Amino acid sequence: MSVNAISEYHAEPKDRVENFNGMQLLYVYWPKHLMFCAPFALLVAPDMTFGAFVDELLKPAAAGHPDSEKADFLNAQWLLNGEAFTPDPASTLIDSGIDHKSMLTVTTPGLEGIRGSAS
Amino acid sequence: MAIKNKKLNLKDKYQYLTRDMAWEPTYQKKEDIYPDEQFEGIKITDWSQWEDPFRLTMDAYWKYQAEKEKKLYAIFDAFAQNNGHQNITDARYVNALKLFLSGVSPLEYAAFQGYARVGRQFSGAGARVACQLQAIDELRHSQTQQHAMSHYNKHFNGLHDAAHQHDRIWFLSVPKSFFDDARSAGPFEFLTAISFSFEYVLTNLLFVPFMSGAAYNGDMATVTFGFSAQSDEARHMTLGLEVIKFILEQHEDNVPIIQRWIDKWFWRGFRLLSLVGMMMDYMLPNKVMSWAEAWEVYYEQNGGALFKDLERYGIRPPKYQDVANAAKNHVSHQAWGTFYQYSQATNFHTWMPEEEEMTWLSEKYPETFDKYYRARFEHWDKEQKEGRRFYNNTLPQLCQVCQIPVIFTEKDDPSVFSHRQIKHEGERYHFCSDGCCDIFKNEPEKYIQAWLPVHQIYQGNCGGADVATVVEKYYHINLGVDNMEYHGSPDHQRWLDIKGLKPLQSNSEKKTAA
Repeated sequence: MSVNAISEYHAEPKDRVENFNGMQLLYVYWPKHLMFCAPFALLVAPDMTFGAFVDELLKPAAAGHPDSEKADFLNAQWLLNGEAFTPDPASTLIDSGIDHKSMLTVTTPGLEGIRGSAS
Repeated sequence: MAIKNKKLNLKDKYQYLTRDMAWEPTYQKKEDIYPDEQFEGIKITDWSQWEDPFRLTMDAYWKYQAEKEKKLYAIFDAFAQNNGHQNITDARYVNALKLFLSGVSPLEYAAFQGYARVGRQFSGAGARVACQLQAIDELRHSQTQQHAMSHYNKHFNGLHDAAHQHDRIWFLSVPKSFFDDARSAGPFEFLTAISFSFEYVLTNLLFVPFMSGAAYNGDMATVTFGFSAQSDEARHMTLGLEVIKFILEQHEDNVPIIQRWIDKWFWRGFRLLSLVGMMMDYMLPNKVMSWAEAWEVYYEQNGGALFKDLERYGIRPPKYQDVANAAKNHVSHQAWGTFYQYSQATNFHTWMPEEEEMTWLSEKYPETFDKYYRARFEHWDKEQKEGRRFYNNTLPQLCQVCQIPVIFTEKDDPSVFSHRQIKHEGERYHFCSDGCCDIFKNEPEKYIQAWLPVHQIYQGNCGGADVATVVEKYYHINLGVDNMEYHGSPDHQRWLDIKGLKPLQSNSEKKTAA
């Protein structure tokens, strides 16, 4: 369906990648760790390697959680926009198929959150 | 018109001062005078069927409201002269007022603008007058709320710039975008959204918690505002029900349109009320009732009866009502956890519940609190007491429609976020629920333009690249003074001084004052 308006209605998306000054958005969800109240929204360079992303952005974001030291993110189970995904630490984000406003889900088996409560 | 008696009865006066003020245009077409009345597809065959149960007219309105406000302001004066702020239960309570002043009072102003606009757009005189009077109510409420709470601004931090903050602070885009969505809709959708879904179906869940919360916590100024506004609110609620029945009775083609709006605005209202839920369960030192109990009484019971009554028009209860009902046991905990971890960017303080409050939460939420939330709260409490108060150092993913971070969980599995995503014209969009995703799919052009605070910060449109600059320069929040942890904050210290209690001494408490 589309908007019901009094005249012709045209709108531009406010969050096109061009508006992010060469960067792009990336969301990351770490299931069973809902102490972080929502998936992270990160600003990333498209040509950043996946390994650098994990070390420089994901690990600091997750550092406040007691499970973070035990989390082996690179060898965890990944989903990219809901599909199975095998990361290559040396490949860039964009070459890995991670485009603007993509969502990564990273499950770390065995880590069930604070006192096993998915927190 | 010829006036036979000096004193008119109410019915005649209403007729003269509302319906008889209108006329049939002769040298302009009706649709040119009321250009917004047609495009939504709502069919009105006979405006004279509009009933105004209160038959309120402007002359009576001025007289009655002036008397009410004279009394109201006498109490505000007495409250200020007697240092009424010293008699509240605890200074943590003031944070509920900060939330109200920046989150709700500006909505009253937005409602004033909305009703002033639609009060021009209906060709029926009865509807026009009802909307105009409600517009004035909303403006008065916005003003009197600010006056009721202004005394607190002299004694506590964070109340200094609510209107500016409403337009800018990340979480205030939730209430703001709610009203922007309604105000940018046509006049009939606006009334369905605000008069019916918000004022009639959900307003008790906003007003009762805040006003009873004020009463339970010794805040006489805000309680008095609540009493003063009560007669107006009763009128708004009645109007809300009349509006919907009137539209439904006018034409059967209106039914599916109204149903879609009810589905949309129930869901939007339910999401918005998450803020009230956390206020009730976490920000009131003396608690009125739990959010779940309030939802049961004011939505499940009252709303249930309402939708049973509307069945004869072909209206069913709102879509995803079952999801909302199940969420009553979760949303307040999820919302408070969110504000707790992003308290460096809020205009009020947050804290972890004290032990007896945790016990209360366990009792009120036997199915959910201990199982899903206690562990993280106890962990944060321990961290804070050991000098490592937890703040989330990244920004959260926001829902494209309600603009709340994607914090809510699945109805059937509360350990999993209910995240949804779709692609629309090559762009990816993310949502907190099927409810919000459906709203987007119905009118994608409207929501692709959403001013999402997290994305705006990342685009560089909020004054700076780091949280401190955005918070201080763009939001006008004094970082670490107006917000962050309550314990050890200047507000907390001041409260201890007022009560003649010893200031806190332990190192860990001091550190948290930032």
